[in-house]
Order: sequence, then C-alpha cells, then structure tokens
Amino acid sequence: MKLIYERSQAGRRGLAVPRPDLPVPEVPEELRRREAPRLPELAEPEVLRHFTELSTRNFGIDTGFYPLGSCTMKYNPRINERLVGLPGFANLHPLVEDDAAQGALELEWRLQEILREVTGLDAVSLQPAAGSQGELTGLMLFHAYFADRGEDGQRRKVVIPDTAHGTNPASVTMAGYEVTPVRTDARGNVDLDDLRAKVDEHTAGLMLTNPSTLGLFEERIEEIRDVFHGAGALMYYDGANLNAVCGISRPGDMGFDVVHINLHKTFSQPHGGGGPGGGPIAVRETLAPYLPVPVVAREGDAFRLDYDRPRSIGKVRAFTGPFGVFVRSYAFMRAYGPALREMSEVAVLNANYLLARLKEAYDLPYDRLCMHEFVLSARSLKKQHGIAATDVAKRLMDYGFHPPTVYFPLVVPEALMIEPTESEARETLDAFVEAMLAIAGEAAEEPETLKEAPHGRPVRRLDEVRATKRPVVRHGFEPALDPHETVR
Amino acid sequence: MATESYPDDLLYHPEHDWARIDGDEAVLGITWHAQDALGELVHYEPPDVGATVSKDASYGEIESVKAVSDLISPLSGEVLEVNEKVVDAPETVNEDPYGDGWLIRIRLTNPAEREQLLDLAGYKQVLENE
Amino acid sequence: MSYLSLTDADREEMLRTIGVESIDELFRDVPAGVRFDRELDVPPALTEVELQRHLEELAAQNAVDEVCFLGAGVYDHHVPAVVDAVLQRGELLTAYTPYQPEMSQGVLQAIFEYQTAICELTGMDVSNASGYDGATVAADACYVAKHATGRSRVVVTEATNPQVRQVVKTYAPGFGLEVVEVPHDGGTTDPDRVRDAARDAAAVIFQQPNFFGCLEPAPDLAAAASEAGALPVAHVDPVSLGVLEAPGRYGCALAIGEGQPAGNAMSYGGPHYGFLAARGEYIRRLPGRIVGETVDVEGKRGFVLTLQTREQHIRREKATSNITTNQTLLALAGLVHLSLLGPQGLRELGETCMALAGYARERLAAAGLEPLFPDRPTFKEFGVRTGRNAREALAAARSHGVYAGYPLGRDYPGLDDALLVAVTEKRTVEEIDRLVEALS
Repeated sequence: MKLIYERSQAGRRGLAVPRPDLPVPEVPEELRRREAPRLPELAEPEVLRHFTELSTRNFGIDTGFYPLGSCTMKYNPRINERLVGLPGFANLHPLVEDDAAQGALELEWRLQEILREVTGLDAVSLQPAAGSQGELTGLMLFHAYFADRGEDGQRRKVVIPDTAHGTNPASVTMAGYEVTPVRTDARGNVDLDDLRAKVDEHTAGLMLTNPSTLGLFEERIEEIRDVFHGAGALMYYDGANLNAVCGISRPGDMGFDVVHINLHKTFSQPHGGGGPGGGPIAVRETLAPYLPVPVVAREGDAFRLDYDRPRSIGKVRAFTGPFGVFVRSYAFMRAYGPALREMSEVAVLNANYLLARLKEAYDLPYDRLCMHEFVLSARSLKKQHGIAATDVAKRLMDYGFHPPTVYFPLVVPEALMIEPTESEARETLDAFVEAMLAIAGEAAEEPETLKEAPHGRPVRRLDEVRATKRPVVRHGFEPALDPHETVR
Repeated sequence: MATESYPDDLLYHPEHDWARIDGDEAVLGITWHAQDALGELVHYEPPDVGATVSKDASYGEIESVKAVSDLISPLSGEVLEVNEKVVDAPETVNEDPYGDGWLIRIRLTNPAEREQLLDLAGYKQVLENE
Repeated sequence: MSYLSLTDADREEMLRTIGVESIDELFRDVPAGVRFDRELDVPPALTEVELQRHLEELAAQNAVDEVCFLGAGVYDHHVPAVVDAVLQRGELLTAYTPYQPEMSQGVLQAIFEYQTAICELTGMDVSNASGYDGATVAADACYVAKHATGRSRVVVTEATNPQVRQVVKTYAPGFGLEVVEVPHDGGTTDPDRVRDAARDAAAVIFQQPNFFGCLEPAPDLAAAASEAGALPVAHVDPVSLGVLEAPGRYGCALAIGEGQPAGNAMSYGGPHYGFLAARGEYIRRLPGRIVGETVDVEGKRGFVLTLQTREQHIRREKATSNITTNQTLLALAGLVHLSLLGPQGLRELGETCMALAGYARERLAAAGLEPLFPDRPTFKEFGVRTGRNAREALAAARSHGVYAGYPLGRDYPGLDDALLVAVTEKRTVEEIDRLVEALS
C-alpha cells in the first residue's frame, strides 16, 4: 500500500480555507517560512480512501476478540462516541469562566464521586493523561507528603515487585526516587520475607498492582499493608487491573493511599491505536492537599475550579485533563450503575473459563484460580517442538484473533498473558480455546506452519533488526534506495 | 551466527562475560551464551577511552531489538581501546564473540582480581545451573 | 446489561467447567478483611435513551454559543468532516497500541505518516508518535536535554504559555532540574537575557509565536541558547508553520507543541496531542513510541515500533520516559487535517488567521482599544488594553454574545486590563465587528 505522500500530486487540494478580502500582514523576512513543508496534496475523496484503506489493515475490538493481557480490551459503546461529539462538549473552550462550563464541571464532579466510591478513597484528580502519568503524579504526592513531615530527604526508596509493569520503575526514576525490587513467591504473591527485609525508614512507599500482572490477587495484602504503614510509608495502587475488582474489593479498603484508574481499560475509553487514555488518581484525605490544581469543587448547585491550593504539587497536564475521555467513561459507568460489580464478575468468570480449558495444553506456572486474566507459558512447546510464545501469537492471527500479550510478565518464560474481558460471548471464548488447542497440536505436527505464521495478514513477519539498526522513521520523498529489495 | 563454544584460555565472570589477560592488559567480551540469550545485537554503547571500569560494575550496554543488557566488567582497570568494529556492526559479537567481537581493552589496576574469576569448568557449572 | 453476552445457562455451564459452585467462589483468594460487602453506592443504571438525555442536559449547561475569541493555547479552528469519518473507523478507534505489527499495519503506517508530517512542519529529523499535550512535551524535552548535556538547569521564557511553564516546574524537581524564567521585554524576549540565563543550562524553551501572540526573534533566541551550550527548544503552533520558519531551519535541537489546532476539537481541554521532534542525534533519547519502516520476510514494506529499548517495558528504571499510552488517535486527526490542507492550504490557513487577527487589532485600535504591545508583529492572537479590568470587559462582552478573550492578569500581574484575543479562520468580519462593538 502506498504512503499518503506517494499518492500526492502537485496542485491538488483537499480543503479550501476561507479567504477574506483583507490584507495579510507581513511576516518579518527572517521569520518567514522559506521552503514549504512537503505535506501531501490530494483531493478530499482520496484522503478519505487512503485512511479507510489503512483502517482495513488494522484490527480493533470492533473487528474481533482481542485478549491482550493487561490492556482490558473491552467493548467500546457507540453511544459514547455520539455523546462526546455533542456541541456542548466538543466546542467548549477549556479556559472559559466557570459559569460557562457548568455542565462540564458537573460531569467531572460526578465522575470523581463514582471513582471515590469504586476506589474507596476520599479525593480525586482527573488531570493525569494516562496511567503512567498517574503513577508519576502519585509519586510527586509522596514527595510532598514527606516534605511536609520533614522526611523527604530520608525516604528515597520505592518498593516494586518483579512482576510490575515497566512504567512503575520508570516513573520512580522520573520522580527522583530509587527502585527497591522485591521477589515473587512460589504461589505468585509478593515474597513477604523479601519484602520485610527491604522496608525501613528509607522507604517512601510501595507500588503494587493487585491483582498482579500474573492475574492473581495478593492473598496477604493485609500483611503487606501492615509492613508499609508500620514503617510510616505510603502505598500506591497501579489500577491497570481494576477491571477484576469493581464492587468486589476496593484499593482504599486494602490500605492503599493513592490509586490511578486507567479509564481506557476498566472504563472503556477506546484506545485509538495507542491513545488517548485517562489516568485519574484517587487519594486518601491526608494526601488531598497536594493534588494538582485545579480541583473541581461543588458549592451548593454550582461547580467551580479551585486554584487556591497552596500545598498543591502544581500541574501535570494542561487544564483539567482529557475531558472527552471523561465523557465516555462517565457514560459507561452510568450505563452499568451498581452492576459494575457484575462487569468484574463476568470478566473473572470468562478468564477462569479460558484458564480451565487451556491449562492442560499449555504450562500454567501458578495453578490457582485467576482474576480477570491469567498467564500461561509455552515453555514445554519450546522445549519439545521449538515453538515459542511468539509463534503461538502469530498463528492465532491466522485463526482471526488478536494475540495475547507475550513475554510479560518477565518472571514467566515464554509468557502468554490472556485477558478476555467481560464483553465476550461464550461462543467466542470457545472458538478461541479451539484455536489455542489446535495450535498446540500443530506445534507437534507441523511446526513450520507456526514459525512462518501469520499467513493471511497484510504483511508477514517483519524485520525488526533492520528497523532498529538503520532506523527509517520518516518518509524520504525518494524512490526506494536499495535495488536489491522489492519494496512495493 | 557462531556455534556454541567456550575457549579454555579465557577467564569467565558468572554474568557471562570473559577476559583474555595479557600481561597487565586484558581484552573483555561477552560469552556465546550471553549473545545467544540476547539475540541479534543491534547497538553497542561503549565507555569512553580513558574511563575507569570496576570489577562487577557495568561499563556499557549492549542491545538487541527487545532486550538491553549491562556489560559487567570481570576486572578493574582503565579503558585503553574500544572495538569500533562492534560499534559499527554490533552483530560481529554474534558472529565471533571471542575474536572480532571483543568489546574493550583495559589496563588492569588490580591484577590480583583474576583469582576471583572462573575457569572453563567453573563457568560451565554456572551455565548448567541457569 | 446489554454490553454483556453471557446467559444464565452460559454462566452455570462455565462455572461447572471451572469446577466451582458459584461466582463468589471465584474470588476465594480475596481475603475476607478486604472484601467489599455492600452494593456500590453509585447512581442507578441508565438505558441508552436515558443516558443520551442525561448527557444532553449536561452539555446544554455549557455556554458554547458565544462567538469565540478565546485562545491561549487551545483554538477554535475548523475540524474537517473527514477527520470525524476517519476517527470513527472502528478498526482504528478500538485498537490498542500496535504491539503486534501484522495486526496493526494501518495504525503503524498512519503514525509513520504523522511522524513525517511533523518532521516536515518543524524541519526536524525525527518525531515520536505523540505525547500527552503541549505542556507535558515541554517536560519531556527537559528530560532529553538533561541527559544530553548533563546540566541541571532549564530556562523557560516568561512569554511561554503559563500552563506549559507550570507543568515544567512540577516535573523539574524529580528530574533534578532547576527552572529559571527569563522575563519578556515589551512582549518579546531579549536574546541577550537568554544568553546570560542559559549559561550552565541544559535547555532553553521559548514559544513561537509566544503566549502574547507576538513573533519572537526566534533565530536569535536559538543562537543565544546554542552559544551558551544549551539545547534550543521551540514550542510552536502547527498551523503557523505554513508561514513561519521551521525551528529546524534556525538551529533548534528540539521542536515541541500542542497539536490541537491541527485536527482536534477544543473539548474542554482534551484529549489533544503534544508533538515532539528532534534532530537525528537525539533519537535514542526520545520518549515514547517511534515507528520505523522495514520489510517482511517476502521483502514487502511494513512498519514496526522501533528503538524500543529506550522504553519503559524494556529499560524499566533507566528508560527515557515512563510514557506508554500516548495520543495516537488525536495525532491521526492531525495528520488527516494536514493531509487535507496540503502545503498550500496550510499557508493559506496561516494567512487567513493573520489577516483576520490584523483586521481585529486594527479595528479595536480605531475604537480606542490600544494593542498591548503595539510595535510587535503578531500571528493569530494579540493583547489589547480594555481600559478597565479585563474580567469586567469580558463579562460585558459576553452579555453581547461574544467571548472576547483571555484575561492576561490571570498569569501576568500588571496586565490586569489586558485581554488576549485569538482569531481563527472560523471568525468572520461581521463577528469581529461585533467583538469591537462588545468591547467598546
């Protein structure tokens, strides 16, 4: 398929701009653009066709089953797209006076109230743009909290289990803390002996995903809480896996002080091929004074943005946050109401059903009931037939499924992390099971079919070494340079 | 890609690094096992010539497409030379990990450290326990 | 619940397969002490009809009918209908990050085309796949500069958007950076002051056009930063880059900005996208996703996420950033808008904004409302003295159905009488005349 730049023909236009009969002021010569950017030149129909063709080369939750572990690829209700486009939302400028944005502020306030209830915490900031920014914001709150207590210089370490998402240690470094890693025990829980040995007066806190990235609930979460709170440290809850526990167990009740909520996972903001997301944080009362400004406040029937927060850490993003994401997630929550619990129950039921049907054919490193996702391993397939997790993943594409997450978490070799979500019909789950079982059979009988998969996608396996060694990260506006390669 | 081998004239570090000592100098690299675990190498981030390296500490990084690995120095010393061939073509390490794929040459600052390194038999024990 | 497919019979059979008696038993690993034992206290479920009515009622409480001259970082530009059509393609809208390239060539190619467009606009060699917004990419640029230079101070001009400056200041302590602000002189920044402040600084961030809408002596600011050994970072408006020079052509190391003017609705501040582009030598220090071109086993062109060892999922605590989710869909909207405009349309868009803003500035002056910085050339936005508290002037104009601008006193003490007025291609001569009348 051509790049849009390769479809370009000089002189074509896709959008006419109003040209009022007014003089154009001069741009001083030294500031004036000398050479026009080589943007594509196409008429409107060709632009639409180009991007429509691109869409046919992509797979979304609208296309089919997408059990990408840790990403919670659930159905994205279409009504939410209609609602976010309402002119009263789409055309609202973020810097209008509060009286002109009462509907938006009320929606944000109502969303905060629901998040408080679901997390079991006291105050919310909607500002962070994604989960990882929520993490960083939470760690900034750690600093502010300890600074007020004269302990910021002393508490430099944040404890992170070895099963954690990479965002956790990366956020810790960006916040100016150091990582203290802690091991996983034989049941897939945090190793409490290792933990106890590592928490002391230099510990600022813990970052924990619960259920963990293994899809397992921390059975000794209360003891973990006692270790940290006993040491005067704080606890951060990575909400990536909140879809397992809505209405079942609340981070605030588990002892966590800060939580981020991935609105693009649990609360159905479509992920758009990489973003947007939303990463609001909920905190305990003790941390509320440090939340980013502005905070949405209610006074009687009126709502306003409160900037007068002298102990606030500042701003982590412009304005109040990704408002369109709030519209969609709020609508999603309102469609469920208290049945958000049923959402989590079905997500967990679906995951356990898949687990029960697949655990004979693949290795199961931790044989427990899972929560909303589980991790299998292709270790035996690799040993016996030379078939790696990635081969299983690529072959699933031929069966019409998006693959699960592979090679994560790092503690499981040849990991296949499967998260069906609550959205799927029983028949879909069964079809996926049949495909996974068929692939396990193929691994023994025709391993080459797997190693060469996928066979029916727009491209076959791609040369990532070449992409890394000689990075081509923008179009060169020239014909292909290397005559030995058949670039089509 | 080279076939698996571990020369018996080298000293080994359990983090899968090797040293070839010649007088008060040593040439350092990574073992066949290390390059095999990483896959095809695509980037080598070497130390500066003149920098100090310490035994058991990282002196640089080597990367494949999906992994990055610290280079652990088996010995302490000062960097005399960086293998520019590996900077330009990191896959040289995959092709010849003990020859053309060497990484740095150092002047030893504590030659006695060699006593703490593994011989071939000792390193094979490490590999078996992996 | 209409989003759920399982029937009661399905559930029972599935529980049997699992080997448990009830749904509750699935949660047996959750300790009793942390179980939530009541119903969630959230408002009752709504049907689609009720949901639409409820959200329409909320939307109706927002005043969006006033003629918008408000900018200050987010602008009321036209979003073409083709943008909406593309963004509603479910294959693009409902996909996750393209971890599996064979399933994601559509998004990957779109990002590659977006990166190309950003490089063309900014004159840079490499762009990432987007950042959260125009403020967070400034913090990202500081992190790049800190590691590239080993220095521990950043300079930001006071004429840079206050929201951008606030975000930089919030991030800086974690990065071990000190932030120094350089005041403006009559609406623009003096290169000599920048040179002095930039000694020992990792980066100098300035905005072009700046927050007041004025055109900075950008090449001189970049040169001053470079002379001091700091990386020059230009924060630019994408729709200005058909008429204003590309930062890469006047020596900047990085170019960043808020993408909203290209392709995104204002939407009360988001989601939008921040762009971040750099000279090639910084490619391994950039935050976030980067898409690269390659070939498949048959030699066919394809696209993949590349240079991933920079990123958090591989390099963890040593990563160039913690970002994973970005703003791909909004960046795609930007690409579609720019593709529709083409080079000619982009230039015309800039010229139209300038022409209308110039007209507004002139008419306001004729009505006795002095420009804030009369001798400075501006792009699509300018300051005007209202002759009274700007908030009062704003309130008075709103009673005429005109949202006249942004009171600069909110961020700049001493400018309490000044209003920042933005004029996009959506405004008409008649609407501008109404503005003049409403403020007079």
